[in-house]
Amino acid sequence: MKQQLSALLLGTALALGSGTAAFAQDKNVKIGVLTDNSGLYSDLGGAGSTLAAQMAVEDSGLAAKGWKVDVISADHQNKPDIATNIGRQWIDVEKVDIFMDVLNSGVALATNNLVKEKNVVMINTGAATSDLTNAQCSPNTIHWVYDTYMLANSTGQALVKAGGNTWYFLTADYAFGHALERDTSAVVTKAGGKVIGAVRHPLNTADFSSFLLQAQASKAKIIGMSNAGGDTTNTIKQASEFGIVAGGQKLAGLLLFITDVHSLGLKVAQGLNFTETFYWDLNDDTRAFSKRFSERMKNKAMPSMVQAGVYSGLLHYFKALEAMGGNPHDGAKVVAKMKEMPTDDKLFGKGTIRADGRKLHPAYLFEVKKPEESKGPWDYYKLVGTTPADQAFRPLSESACALVKK
Amino acid sequence: MQALYAQLLVGLINGSFYALLSLGLAVIFGMLNIINFAHGALYMMGAFCAYFLLDLAGIGYWWALIIAPIAVGIFGMILERTMLQWLSGLDHLYGLLLTFGIALIVQGIFQNYFGSSGLPYAIPDYPKIFGFNGLQGGMNLGFMFLPIYRGWVVVFSLVVCLATWYLIEKTQLGAYLRAATENPTLVRAFGINVPRMITLTYGLGVGLAALAGVLSAPINQVRPLMGADLIIVVFAVVVIGGMGSIMGSIITGFALGVIEGLTKYFYPEASNTVVFVLMVLVLLVKPTGLTGRAA
Repeated sequence: MKQQLSALLLGTALALGSGTAAFAQDKNVKIGVLTDNSGLYSDLGGAGSTLAAQMAVEDSGLAAKGWKVDVISADHQNKPDIATNIGRQWIDVEKVDIFMDVLNSGVALATNNLVKEKNVVMINTGAATSDLTNAQCSPNTIHWVYDTYMLANSTGQALVKAGGNTWYFLTADYAFGHALERDTSAVVTKAGGKVIGAVRHPLNTADFSSFLLQAQASKAKIIGMSNAGGDTTNTIKQASEFGIVAGGQKLAGLLLFITDVHSLGLKVAQGLNFTETFYWDLNDDTRAFSKRFSERMKNKAMPSMVQAGVYSGLLHYFKALEAMGGNPHDGAKVVAKMKEMPTDDKLFGKGTIRADGRKLHPAYLFEVKKPEESKGPWDYYKLVGTTPADQAFRPLSESACALVKK
Repeated sequence: MQALYAQLLVGLINGSFYALLSLGLAVIFGMLNIINFAHGALYMMGAFCAYFLLDLAGIGYWWALIIAPIAVGIFGMILERTMLQWLSGLDHLYGLLLTFGIALIVQGIFQNYFGSSGLPYAIPDYPKIFGFNGLQGGMNLGFMFLPIYRGWVVVFSLVVCLATWYLIEKTQLGAYLRAATENPTLVRAFGINVPRMITLTYGLGVGLAALAGVLSAPINQVRPLMGADLIIVVFAVVVIGGMGSIMGSIITGFALGVIEGLTKYFYPEASNTVVFVLMVLVLLVKPTGLTGRAA
């Protein structure tokens, strides 16, 4: 009995000792991938984002240098309240250091507040709202892949230039849809176009015929789809049924992902213009990564830009941690370090992170190939234009972010 | 005014899906006393069945309209034989929980393999007769452009709904069925195999769901969650129409489609909720539903 007790005490003492040693140079990191694992956005984020995070951990080589990095994942079901609950539990109980993906703008804005309050990190690769680096900007958040301002700027500008000067919006009725409609309207008006009207549909709508009829009746040249995922694919499919494109109106997919194009099929999707910041077939590096990624995906899908962003963002985060020699468990400090260092990875190339948390890289305007142009599955895009990194996003001079105005 | 006509027609189209689905639910509830929460998943399976037939076997839409309901109906009958039949005589809640569980499992499996964005399924382009290109294209009605496929959906589902109503309310077989729900022991005494009849009825209800699934495949993406999104609305339709009333659920299905269509025009933000507001109102005024009998 006595022996057992002393063994136990010894064990405790040892554990304590190693505990304090770890504190001096803590090399534990916990990554939480908070995403839509079951709903309409789960193909563009979801399990693929978690896989991208795991691949980033493997490719970083941190394990060999004595780091212990864990990845956990949860389904926020596109509900901000559920996301905040999971987030609190992750920070308080699981000791999560960094939130990845966090798609859905409503969820992202709620998580943004939580992450700031608890001083952890969020690298948002999934949400679109440009408010994350504008009015709602935070010292703990980096917005990695794209945002509504950039989409509007690239796609909107190109379409107005091509003669699409009257617009009607089909808008998903929540933070993201409103932000995209607002930012695109601004670009259209600035370029000399006119916005005739808009209709707001609830998130996750199956039948768009009523809304499409209203858009058709508006006689606008461009019908701008301020929605995403399943909502966009249903809109496009049903628009072709109602003869909208045949009638001379043009659909503008303001936010489209490769998974959407895959699900629509080229026959329906051909000719659509839209903007992304990543495509698997851009260069040798993106092809190599995407091949590895797709082999490990259950449905053999190529990575979306959201998933690629998770990989790229985490690699930069790891670089910052390595430069700091350990994990300080201080979100704002890590983000400040990340902003100091230029970014460079195989998927998004060289870039920088601005004071407002905006990651800068080029934006690519794509056109969906015709079925006869495609060489096989996932060969879907033609590059038609590139906006350089310094012009793709909202200029700091227009920013309402408190971090900039100092 | 023109826009209004168009919205009414669009409402009717959606109403046909509601009618087909709520009809299946009403048949199952009326005859088996089971609240079939798996209905949405079975609807989804119908659409996937059509997709597989085309993708793997090259069998097109018209055959799928026949094969998919039979295939999914057989799946339903297996469910009834192996699981649901043990719950007869128990509280409704058990059937609801079991079928809800089945729905989650089926959806989970499909989602695991096919993701959430769905698969494409084209509108059939044959037969090419009378200048029609199958069901593709559309015609200009003056007040709107009506896709031929949508017109077909309304006509076809109306025919199927009325045929089902006739089968159950007006034929000898239907009379046996209704008698068997009232007093199974007595009907059995006349030499009728009641359990087999119940299994076949469940198969019929499930087949109707699968049929709706095939009909919707060319309009919506074939998605694992297509049923989950729809089933809640359809349940509201059944509750409004009166649980177990065949004609009630057909009429309510079409009517609610129209009301929802009008909401999409006048106040689109509320189009997701208007059906439920109506449900609450109906329950407050007439708890058995518009055409339901007192339990």
